[in-house]
Formats: sequence, C-alpha cells, structure tokens
Amino acid sequence: MINALANPHRFMAFSRWAAPILAVAAVALVAVGLWLGFTAPEDYQQGSTVRIMYIHVPAAWISMFSYACLGGASFFALIFRHSLADAAARAVAPLGAAFTFLALVTGSLWGRPMWGTWWVWDARLTSVLVLFLLFVGYIALRASIDDEAKAGRAGAILALVGLINLPIVKFSVDWWNTLHQGESIFRAGGSTLAPVFLLPLAIMGVGYMCAFGALWMVATRAEVWRRRASSLALQAAFS
Amino acid sequence: MSAFSTLFRRELALAWGRGGGPLLAIGFYAGAVTLLPLSANIDPAHLAAVSVGLSWVCLALASLLSLERLFERDFEDGGLDLLALGPLPLEVTCLVKALAQWLTAGAPLAVAAPVAAIALGAPAAVAPLLFAAAALGGLAFSCLGGTGAALALASRRGGLLIAVIVLPLLVPPVIFGGAAVDAFVAGLPWAPGFAFLAAYAAGALALTPFAMAGACRNAQS
Repeated sequence: MINALANPHRFMAFSRWAAPILAVAAVALVAVGLWLGFTAPEDYQQGSTVRIMYIHVPAAWISMFSYACLGGASFFALIFRHSLADAAARAVAPLGAAFTFLALVTGSLWGRPMWGTWWVWDARLTSVLVLFLLFVGYIALRASIDDEAKAGRAGAILALVGLINLPIVKFSVDWWNTLHQGESIFRAGGSTLAPVFLLPLAIMGVGYMCAFGALWMVATRAEVWRRRASSLALQAAFS
Repeated sequence: MSAFSTLFRRELALAWGRGGGPLLAIGFYAGAVTLLPLSANIDPAHLAAVSVGLSWVCLALASLLSLERLFERDFEDGGLDLLALGPLPLEVTCLVKALAQWLTAGAPLAVAAPVAAIALGAPAAVAPLLFAAAALGGLAFSCLGGTGAALALASRRGGLLIAVIVLPLLVPPVIFGGAAVDAFVAGLPWAPGFAFLAAYAAGALALTPFAMAGACRNAQS
C-alpha cells in the first residue's frame, strides 16, 4: 500500500478521493462521539468536567502519533531521497504541533478544576511540552533554510535525532516526577475506564485519526501542488 | 593517528583562540548566575534550596554560546570541504570538533560550576560531584549542540535557531545531572542520576557524530 502510494501520481489520484471520505468519516465520528460523550453520565468525582477527556485524550494520542509519522516520513525522505515523503514530513509538522498544542491547552483547562492549577511540572505534561518544542524546532529549521532540498534533509536529520531522543526524554521525565494518572486505557488486565465512558472515547479516537489522516493528505497535496507551481514559475522565468 | 592528533590540536587551538575562547563562556555563566539571585528572593535558605539546580541549568545555557562558530568559520572559508576530502572520515572530524568544544568550553565551565553553586549557598561537599557531573553533562551538551550547529549551517542565520533546535534535546542530561546533584545535597542516593547522565553522554558521543556529518554533507552539497 505504502509502496504503491510512493508514486506521486498514484498518491494524488488516491488522496483526491480518500481525503474527502476520511474528512466526512471524521465529522460523523466526532459528532457521534461528542453526542455520546455529552449524554454519558457525569463522573462521580469529576462531575461534568470529565467531558474534556473526549477532546483531550485523543489529541494527546495524535500528538505522539504525528511525531512518529514525522520520523517515519523523514526516514524515507533521508534514506531513499523520496520527494513525496519529504512533502509529507513538511506537511505533518504543523499538524502535529497543532494537535500537541490542543492537548496542552485542553489539559490545562482540565487541570484547573481537577488539580486546582493550570499547570504542574508533572511528567506527562512536561514530555508533551517538550514534544511541542521539538515540532517548533523542526518548523523553525525548515523555515530558515531557503534551499528546499537542503531544508528537507536538515529537517529529516533533526526529526530522526528527535525520534531517538524522544523515548529518552519520556523516560527521563517519568523518572524525574510523576503526578498525572497512570495509563488507564491500554493496560494489562483491561481498561479501568467504565464502558459508558470508553465507547465515546474510542469513537473520538478513531474520529481524530480520520481527521488527522484527511488533514495530512490535504496538506501533502497542497505541498505537492506548491512545488509544481514553483517549478513551473522557474521554468517560465528561464524560457 | 597523526591526522587525528593534528586535527585535534588544530581544533583546540582554534577553539581556545576563537573570540576570547573559554573566557566568553565563563563570563556569560558568571553573569547569568549573578542575575538569578537579583531577580529572586535572596533569603539564604531559599536560595540554597535552588542553588545547585540554578548553577546546573546555567551550564546548559552557557554551553550554547560558542556553538555558532563551531562549524561556521570552517564552512565559510572552505576548510570544511578540505577536511571532508582529507584522510579522516567526516564523522571523526565532527567528533573531534565536538570534543575540542567540550575541552575548551565544557571543562572550564565544569570548574566554574561548583564555585557558582557554593556562592549561591550549596554545601561545599557537593563540589566534586558537581564538577564531575558538569564535565560529563558538558560532553552531552557539546555533542547535541554540535548537531544543532551543523544543522543550522545550511541556514546561515545560526545563533537563535541553534538554541531553539538544541534546547528541547537537552532535557534528559539536564534532568539526570540536576537530579544527581540535588539528591546528593538532600542526602539521597545520587548514583542512579549520575549513571544515567554518564550513559546519556556516552550514547550522544557514539551517535551524534553521524548526525553532525550528515548535516555537514547536506550543507556542503
């Protein structure tokens, strides 16, 4: 599948249909998930603020996932000099930064009523903040290099260095301090979340994933068109 | 081996002479450490509680200072192209540059760190550990900083860009080193943090030369 789509023409033909389908699926799933989430009973401890979970937790999942996508795309761009992978890496960085920012902001809004503070220097919060800074560093590096090809390779090296460093950051920050609740959904012995909360969360997770996929495809398409436009402009200037 | 030692001596001489050499990093470090108590509560008990942490984080900041010229001068005058054509692989050249950076900026800062911490109110007994941690941490800072400096070569607007790229990568060594010295002051076991710091520095030393060399080749292409 990935090999077939590595051909830019096939990718453009595929994503032309896949992106809108994913977008419709995302809207439908997020609508259903929000409806179920907001009609679910209130949590006996957290009251109605528990509903922030449906926005916050999937955003945090996607933020990690998008860095993995950035690392994977950078790997293909660097090793195989694949220009579509480079376009995908460039496109995913602002998306990942946006989802990470969303996770940080909703987490802060949730922390205020629950923990009594907007921000705590807790392990998970800090590692997500570092993730955000890594995205910012990647975007800043690419933006400051004029030559497109050089910007792509420098960014790919930085993304791979960050990909190796990220698990260590996660480990070091966990080791340093922890207050955030432990993993409660993907854990040995089953989820500690009641099914009435778990179902809307799962729907929201899939919905976010569809939204991320649709946005990534659209952004990659835009990047491919932008490159074609700039090469056409260059040809026109020299002819 | 002789190419290696010649290059090493060249890099040391350059780093030592480059715009004030280690004095610049020490001067920045002294200035930053001086400003911190001025901006905060100077109650000795209050200050002593954060003294080693402050002296440690200022090290990370001071290590960013001289990075900009680490590759840039050789890149601009063509020296880097000659080094790339020379007998040593570019990876080794980059490693030598990072090591020279460590010896000329990291090591003097490691001497200054205990002085700063004690001036801020840390117990004098922490000095040997802080020196050792600062020396090891300086190695990690130099390797990661060198990677950022090499990546920023293609952009030619170094300085702030290097800091933005490198600072998030410095989280693990800052945490491990800070935890080790803080634990020592609190009377807790400090060996785990120190061991993690050493492991991180060793890993950075082994892996970052490849990233630095890749970034240099990219800028040269």
